[in-house]
Amino acid sequence: MSTSTADAVVPYDEVVAEFDPVLGLEVHVELGTNTKMFCGCPTEFGAEPNTQVCPVCLGLPGSMPAVNATAVESAIRIGLALNCKIATWCRFARKNYFYPDMPKNFQTSQYDEPICYDGYLDVDVETDEGMKTFRVGIERAHMEEDTGKTSHQGGATGRIHGADYSLVDYNRAGIPLIEIVTKTIEGTGKYAPEVARAYVTALREILRGLGVSDVKMEQGSLRCDANVSLRPSPDAKFGTRTETKNVNSLRSIERAVRYEMTRQAAVLRAGGTIIQETRHWHEDTGITTSGREKSDAEDYRYFPEPDLVPIAPDPAWVEKLRSELPENPAVYQARLQAAWGISDFDMMAVVRSGALDLVAETVALGADQAAARKWWVGELTRIANDRAVELTELPITPADVARVEALVGEGALNDKLARQVIEGVLAGEGSPDEVVAARGLAVVSDDGPLLEAIDAALAESPDVAEKIRSGKVAAAGAIVGAVMKATRGQADAGRVRELLLERLGVSE
Amino acid sequence: MSETPSISREDVAHLAKLARIDLPPESLDHYAEQLAVILGAVAQVSEVAADDVPATSHPLPLVNVFREDVVRGSLTAEEALSGAPSVESDRFRVPRILDEE
Amino acid sequence: MTSELISLTAAETASKVASGEVSAVEVANAHLDRIGAVDERVHAFLYVDREGAIAAADAVDKARAAGEQLSPLAGVPLALKDVMTQKGIPTTCGSKILEGWRPPYDATVTARLKAAGVVILGKTNMDEFAMGSSTEHSAYGPTHNPWDLDRIPGGSGGGSAAAVAAFEAPLAIGTDTGGSIRQPAAVTGTVGVKPTYGAVSRYGLVALASSLDQAGPCSRTVLDAALLHSVIAGHDPMDSTSVTDPVPDVVGAALRADVKGLKIGIVRELGGEGYQAGVRQRFDEAVTILEGLGAEIVEVSCPHFPYALAAYYLILPSECSSNLAKFDGVRFGIRVGEGDGDPSIEQVMGRTRAAGFGDETIRRIMLGTYALSAGYYDAYYGQAQKVRTLIQRDFAAAFAQADVLISPTAPTTAFKLGEKLDDPLAMYLNDVATIPANLAGIPGMSLPVGLAPEDGLPVGLQIMAPALADDRLYNVGAALEAALLQTWGHPILQEAPSL
Ligand SMILES: [Zn+2]
Repeated sequence: MSTSTADAVVPYDEVVAEFDPVLGLEVHVELGTNTKMFCGCPTEFGAEPNTQVCPVCLGLPGSMPAVNATAVESAIRIGLALNCKIATWCRFARKNYFYPDMPKNFQTSQYDEPICYDGYLDVDVETDEGMKTFRVGIERAHMEEDTGKTSHQGGATGRIHGADYSLVDYNRAGIPLIEIVTKTIEGTGKYAPEVARAYVTALREILRGLGVSDVKMEQGSLRCDANVSLRPSPDAKFGTRTETKNVNSLRSIERAVRYEMTRQAAVLRAGGTIIQETRHWHEDTGITTSGREKSDAEDYRYFPEPDLVPIAPDPAWVEKLRSELPENPAVYQARLQAAWGISDFDMMAVVRSGALDLVAETVALGADQAAARKWWVGELTRIANDRAVELTELPITPADVARVEALVGEGALNDKLARQVIEGVLAGEGSPDEVVAARGLAVVSDDGPLLEAIDAALAESPDVAEKIRSGKVAAAGAIVGAVMKATRGQADAGRVRELLLERLGVSE
Repeated sequence: MSETPSISREDVAHLAKLARIDLPPESLDHYAEQLAVILGAVAQVSEVAADDVPATSHPLPLVNVFREDVVRGSLTAEEALSGAPSVESDRFRVPRILDEE
Repeated sequence: MTSELISLTAAETASKVASGEVSAVEVANAHLDRIGAVDERVHAFLYVDREGAIAAADAVDKARAAGEQLSPLAGVPLALKDVMTQKGIPTTCGSKILEGWRPPYDATVTARLKAAGVVILGKTNMDEFAMGSSTEHSAYGPTHNPWDLDRIPGGSGGGSAAAVAAFEAPLAIGTDTGGSIRQPAAVTGTVGVKPTYGAVSRYGLVALASSLDQAGPCSRTVLDAALLHSVIAGHDPMDSTSVTDPVPDVVGAALRADVKGLKIGIVRELGGEGYQAGVRQRFDEAVTILEGLGAEIVEVSCPHFPYALAAYYLILPSECSSNLAKFDGVRFGIRVGEGDGDPSIEQVMGRTRAAGFGDETIRRIMLGTYALSAGYYDAYYGQAQKVRTLIQRDFAAAFAQADVLISPTAPTTAFKLGEKLDDPLAMYLNDVATIPANLAGIPGMSLPVGLAPEDGLPVGLQIMAPALADDRLYNVGAALEAALLQTWGHPILQEAPSL
């Protein structure tokens, strides 16, 4: 049973020297449809318990499912984006097992007739030899329904063990899920953890681009289970695998795979055998612990769902959906990178921060790509991290950033002021122009007041003035600084310098 | 054919576990006997249907029945919970769960 | 007055209510009184909704008084099989596990009945979850056949058929998975129709076997069945298996009642050996009558019908084992054994299901669990689905030779309560003639064709038509009914002993 005692592990470089890892990844995506998979209940996150339920998703006697057309369309679009074949005829099946979070005690899913099958996704991973592309095969993508949420009461930890009883909320029950299952991923060698992460990252970008899901891992709308096994060499038969569940961030996927490799290696090295089981990932401690043993006796008694009729997507419909697919994120990225003329490293930074679309939009609105990247990947990513929200959730738009940059370009703002305008927008003070007006932020662009300030500063420090006159131009900084201080930063430092040198009759 | 398949007490116990029915041990033999007789009688299905006969899971050949993705009214929490044996904080209350997900 | 009102047909009642000759409330009261007088002995009802019935009848009377157009069955009382949900009204499916459950929603059939001004008197007894042919598998005790209270009323819808036969209601709703409308109709001397699969919405019908279940009308006349059929049938988006084709003109067909030139096929495999002599005799006489009415009688063969029963007893338990999984004591119904020790939810589910389900239900769940198990699926469930294809092909070939097919509805007349209770296989044989229609999804009707000379009990004749041609049942049924009525001089139920 589960304990939190860490298992023995083998250092990673020794693991990859001795063993060849094999991966399999199962990703569950909650679709962002208006209603559930089989009923008209809403799918909003965070509603009061058991308020988004009806006889169907509560599994009340007599109720019957009805398939959400948009969910089917989303499933097909996902399949197409993953280079899958689309079934010309498929069915739902019942997966029978008892669990209190599953209202009907069977899950309506797809079994041997998935709607999408046999595709692939190419992912790039930084290796010792530079960027390398790995092709991850997609076995299938099928439709199913989510379960309710169980909270465990009593006991010390709020976890299932030691709880006195549990409470079930079925709001989540029946929300459409697409399960995307990879073929076994071989040949990654020591890059297995990176490939796993890169795959889920790329998949998330594709799903985001399709607009089929909000793909928020922290809210569980994208969930990943990682199957890991080790074998002595690439030509040996597959080892026994474990399935690590509850891996809820991109970083965790990489860590969980790496940890499971080091743990399994320790077991194998000590002459032990790997148990085929579910393991749970613990974000805090960075380890996995044993869950339920997956015996072969598990018998889901699948059979075709008799309350639903088969789905036979019209080929013309599928082709229409194919023609309307958004650009593949990898192609899109390459195109933007070329247009911006930036390095792989800089591009990776944009992608990793999740700012690609934001930067692209900001550039499209007229901003310089370097400036747009500076804001989104630097300042705004830092603020989003501090606030623990997604970049897209910050109350600022590409249009706001582009406007600030335009004001900088016009010379109406300098760097420091621009930062203050951004702060104002984030604080909800309105648009950049409103913030500028309200806070009275503007570069002093009239030379008159600047010259006055320059004269005052020169009068304050006659010795410095003398130095500059004598050709020590570097000393000008002190006067410029004094002028900036006097104008409370609202002057354009470059212009101050120009005027100062002009005043003293010196040239650079 | 239609020979009577053998169904043991253990088979019945396994089926009961899969079907989540807590059968009293003394009833296992009784069910084993009856299931064996019924299975013996229904096993004749294998006599007729050749491999090239397609399976019919549904009496009428309907396909592509979909619902528009439009919200319909849900039950209130009170209605949803009205039939439940045990309720707490607007949730269905159940005894502790042994198995892990 | 009361005895007159309860002996009216639904059509007559509706017209008297519409004309104001009687009020719907009077009609409802007459039937409620009848239930009060006889149901202690018949036990057709599990729940009588006196208040709701009077309120519904009153609403019809008010609508009439306000000059509103009444629908064709407005003010007619009806008994609803307890497998259909009715909002706020106890719905047990004849099972202990649902004791006390009041559904928060109406079945589509229930909603359509209400909208048509039909007065729902209450919920009728049935074999638990509709599994059985005798209504003895009800957790609430058996229903008794009004013709002989020591005999079974058929099943699973014995309550609905008995209510109609005992003049407790002119109409009832039944559901038919393998004969549960037609076989009770046969043994109680009433009319019962299983429409084409998908013709009547299953939304709110607590599923036994989803690919076989179909709700339909129970009545004392073919026309009444047609009137009820046209109220409950029609596409329902809540039931994805419901057909979109328009409802055939069943009322028009019942009024036409003309079999001249029609080809009527006798199914060679349904009849003969295993069928009671008096059943065969009355069936043969009916065939002669149909021939006399101008129909052409042909014999057809359906060689795979002998395998239908076996396929059925694999498909039904398989689907039912999954459909009944939701009864676990978490969201509705009873919960058992929570206070005994410190049980887990797994144990409480197991205890609830063991205590809440009856013997036959457990037997079929176990059978279905076995048939769907890895390793047995292909040999059992998979093969059964292939036999289903063969049955459909048999029907297709037969309907190429005949417009409708006929057979006895059940092999015997009503047997004694308790007679077959310990022999599941013998019990299953009651449905041997009705099951093929369910496997193929085609419509079937049973109507009374007389009393078996040896026991004086009703005999039913089954008519089957191609899918979606439900109107043919009503045309042929009404023609035969009219001819028989002429022979008898009165409706057959008048020969039943008074209760
Ligand atoms: Zn719902």
